Amino acid sequence: MRVFVPQDAAARAVGADLVATALAAAAARLGIDLALVRTGSRGMVWLEPLVEVEVAGVRRGFGPAAPEDAAAILDGTSPKALGPVADLPWMRGQLRLTFARVGVTDPLSLADYAAHGGWRGLAAARAMDPAAVVAAVKASGLRGRGGAGFPAGIKWDTVRTAPGPLKSVVCNADEGDSGTFADRMLMEGDPFCLIEGMAIAAHAVGAQTGYIYIRSEYPDAIRVMEAAVSAARPLVAPFEIEVRVGAGAYVCGEETALLNSLEGRRGEVRAKPPLPALQGLFGRPTVVNNVLTLAAVPHILAEGPEGYAALGTGRSRGTIPLQIAGNVRRGGLYEAPFGLTLGQIVHDIAGGTATGRPVKAVQVGGPLGAWFPPALFDTVIDYEAFAAAGGLIGHAGIVVMDDTADMLAMARFAMEFCAIESCGKCTPCRIGAVRGVETIDRIAAGDLAALPLLADLCATMKAGSLCALGGFTPYPVMSAVTHFPDDFRRMARAAE
Amino acid sequence: MTALKKITIDGITVEVDPAMTIIQAAEVAGVEIPRFCYHERLSIAGNCRMCLVEVVGGPPKPAASCAMQVRDLRGGPNGEPPVVRTNSPMVKKAREGVMEFLLINHPLDCPICDQGGECDLQDQAMAYGVDFSRYREPKRAAEDLDLGPLVATTMTRCISCTRCVRFTTEVAGVTDMGQTGRGEDSEITTYLGKLIDSNLQGNIIDLCPVGALTSKPYAFTARPWELTKTETIDVMDALGSNVRVDTKGREVMRILPRNHDGVNEEWISDKTRFVWDGLRRQRLDRPYVREGGRLRPATWPQALAAAAAALGRGKVAGLVGDLAPVEAAFALKHLVQGLGGAVECRLDGAALRPGNRGAYAGTARIEDIDTADGILLIGSNPRDEAPVLNARIRKAWLKGAWVGLIGPMADLTYDVTHLGTGREALAQALAAGRQMTLARPLVVLGQGAIRDADGAAVMAFVARMCAETGAGLLVLHTAASRVGAMDVGAVAEGGLSAALDGAATVWALGADEIDIPAGPTVIYQGSHGDRGAHRADIILPAAAWTEENGLFVNTEGRPQLAFRAGFPPGEAKENWAIIRALSGELGRAQPWDSLDALRRALWTAHPVLARIDTVEAKPLAPLPEAPLGSGPFRPAVADFYLTNPIARASALMGELSALAARRAPARLAAE
Repeated sequence: MRVFVPQDAAARAVGADLVATALAAAAARLGIDLALVRTGSRGMVWLEPLVEVEVAGVRRGFGPAAPEDAAAILDGTSPKALGPVADLPWMRGQLRLTFARVGVTDPLSLADYAAHGGWRGLAAARAMDPAAVVAAVKASGLRGRGGAGFPAGIKWDTVRTAPGPLKSVVCNADEGDSGTFADRMLMEGDPFCLIEGMAIAAHAVGAQTGYIYIRSEYPDAIRVMEAAVSAARPLVAPFEIEVRVGAGAYVCGEETALLNSLEGRRGEVRAKPPLPALQGLFGRPTVVNNVLTLAAVPHILAEGPEGYAALGTGRSRGTIPLQIAGNVRRGGLYEAPFGLTLGQIVHDIAGGTATGRPVKAVQVGGPLGAWFPPALFDTVIDYEAFAAAGGLIGHAGIVVMDDTADMLAMARFAMEFCAIESCGKCTPCRIGAVRGVETIDRIAAGDLAALPLLADLCATMKAGSLCALGGFTPYPVMSAVTHFPDDFRRMARAAE
Repeated sequence: MTALKKITIDGITVEVDPAMTIIQAAEVAGVEIPRFCYHERLSIAGNCRMCLVEVVGGPPKPAASCAMQVRDLRGGPNGEPPVVRTNSPMVKKAREGVMEFLLINHPLDCPICDQGGECDLQDQAMAYGVDFSRYREPKRAAEDLDLGPLVATTMTRCISCTRCVRFTTEVAGVTDMGQTGRGEDSEITTYLGKLIDSNLQGNIIDLCPVGALTSKPYAFTARPWELTKTETIDVMDALGSNVRVDTKGREVMRILPRNHDGVNEEWISDKTRFVWDGLRRQRLDRPYVREGGRLRPATWPQALAAAAAALGRGKVAGLVGDLAPVEAAFALKHLVQGLGGAVECRLDGAALRPGNRGAYAGTARIEDIDTADGILLIGSNPRDEAPVLNARIRKAWLKGAWVGLIGPMADLTYDVTHLGTGREALAQALAAGRQMTLARPLVVLGQGAIRDADGAAVMAFVARMCAETGAGLLVLHTAASRVGAMDVGAVAEGGLSAALDGAATVWALGADEIDIPAGPTVIYQGSHGDRGAHRADIILPAAAWTEENGLFVNTEGRPQLAFRAGFPPGEAKENWAIIRALSGELGRAQPWDSLDALRRALWTAHPVLARIDTVEAKPLAPLPEAPLGSGPFRPAVADFYLTNPIARASALMGELSALAARRAPARLAAE
């Protein structure tokens, strides 16, 4: 009897390890020959720990499971039975390309990976000329999933044609945005997919070394990635990959600060140009891509770019792994082609708020993303559509708030976050964020004259900051001011 | 040369090298862009955000012009050049915003700040800022650093431009400064609060665009608009750094670098910058004559009469010291040789061969360091002998040049391949040099290699080495006077010992670095009561280098004019005038009554010296070879801070010397 229990950090946080132990004990007691497989997570976080039992080739789910449910799960009598996992509405609505294996396979089993279509992309790529690989990535329309949405193929082509005997591929796994977890789930659930993507990138650009820069707050992902890198070494040779662990600075998720950190320097942003693609890690031409960008590549190479390019909307092609969090009934990872509206995601997929109260605002794109009121819920998940609406998709983290949220406090939080996480290099971010907090406090105290000052301060930060940290902090602040003006006038009105 | 690219800035179209940044292209177009962190000799940081401009057709937000290259700009659809605006509403708003931010934390203590009047923040706040602040909250506080006796810090004024960090790290080659902390808590600091171990640190005072780093010795003594500025030449080493001497009345208040790409770029050493307190101490301000074993103040007529009498007593030896201008050396030679005596300038015994300009001034120019791909230092520690030149070698090394060293191992702020400590390594280096495929090799020959008994042999060997490997030769002198004195032929057959041998009278023109043997009567002509004056029987007080016009030829053979910034103290006179007066006293009046007339005679005799600020081609004639001696080369400079009488009179140089000694006890013990 094959039973699957996730070992994803989210599942472990709600007791997956205890459930796995209980299942093994119950099987021993009942005399069942149990093959317990620890997988990644299916992304249905509200159902974790989600135990899956394979019956006649069909995996049936039980969740959220507790240790005391073990015996009932094994004998099929548990009231927590959900039926075939693949038939759950959450799963049926998705198109899992990047996350196809996550939650399905044993993350560290090379055999499992190969059996589920692994290495086909790398084999296809290595049979091609590097320029053809780059052309395929260009044809797929894949854009950087880290937030900026820069076309991956163009970046790769820049590195490919850049002069230099040594080149590098750097995977940005410093997933610091609040409400995002797709990188972590992929690394914990399907690490070979990322390794394959990096190996394809290395072949395409002529890189010898690869680095995966993982934030230290992800111990499980670090452990899994290190084991996977070691196991896959002969398969990706001569390409060499190293896992490097960050030290907790949010700004090190910015590509140039990440490179500084990798080089052992102070984690602060570099002025661009020179682009990392031309002078990146140790001055070499370097591809810096997010986990999701690189993990999307094996599918594109294995299946050809046309299918991927056929998905999506506008200039946003393919699928996007959405991360739904905050005050929602159903949170988790949901991969779908670009084109869903914000309203569909919040209401249909996430099922509205967990508290049952009306949705007040949704923040898309991490702590530096804009707040969207329900009036803008027809905005389509598409880089250009979000930019037009004054926001950004970022890493596609979606955080939902109900009507008890104080948007002034949210705006203040954004400024405070920037003040704490600023590297201190450029003037607008270093000084603006601190003074922004104070200015919002003035507004909170009823000083409405500080509102235009806040707008000017945000304009300077947006126009002048060296990187996206200072440059995007005005998004959550000014979107809160614009869409929820009442929250900024409460004290002033009370004074009247 | 890459094809030039057109760019239109504020309506002015210019053609520039596409590798230029917008801020540089704007300079070509004559458009001023404000900046704090950008400095053309340092790496690009892009952190102050003051230089924002609008790139028409680019992203809808301003771009930092210091980091954006012209080649990355896109032109119009019909081939129009890219358009940049520095005066649009978008730019104005962004600049005013950044300036307002910078002034939020700045203490605005201009009335008590030494930077006042020459402060970039002050100037740019006037030009690009608004006249009030909308922020009322308390300013950020910061603790001051102790950087030692040279640089005063007021870190609340710091705007974190990191110029000082980049200068010390990149140019000076010491990694003691950095930025620590994050966000608003980030601060410029030194590693574990230690002092900066660099003899170029004074340059961070000039680089600091605000009053965070100011000059400690100059603190609260003058405002820039009160000072008389004289552009002149430095004599603290043989580099001939271009400097500006600022005076109030007759006092030198400070010394600043001037830009000269071929010589010192825009840096000067700490000795050059801070030696001026030595100009106020130990000065010889009246003539003296020794009577009954004691020096007694005398009048000029008495002293000149005594000197003339001494010069008539027998063989005369004229010695040209390290700080003497060419005119004085020329006049001294003219007079002494007229008396049948000999003059000598090679007081350190260096085997410099007169008449062979390629051998004593080298065949290369200082600028050649920039393009050299291999540099061999022989018997030289450029960090002590010419710190600014050392920074230039470091720059070449950063660009990938190989640097080798023959001589005592020293920390030169860059990696060197140590080939050996003495002569024994020369043959091996030549053999290795023949194997190396260098496009533009350069040999830097220090005085430490050629002042021992086998100096001429080493010189000849090195000359052959350069000829065989095609290497340029840069002879690194330690005395500002030396090349000029060699050019006028102030040398004696047989060198110093021959000149002194049997001399009845020695006329020492600022010769303080040697001990004149007992016996002859010594006429000391100079500015400071140092070793030479102690030995003297007659003292003729003379001007120091800031107090007279003079010609100096630097180590590469570049004649440069130094100008008088103030008057000599008391009864001290200009050097040429003292010699002219004494010639009259001797009844051999020299045929010039003014410095101009002297220079005409000098330039007629030595036309190369008339070509001011040019380095003539210097052919190197082969030299007769001789067997090399053995043993390590000795450093030419024992103590960087105390190399001449002015530096030795400076209390500050004494303090720096003591600090350096305390930092390096092991090194001193080994010597």
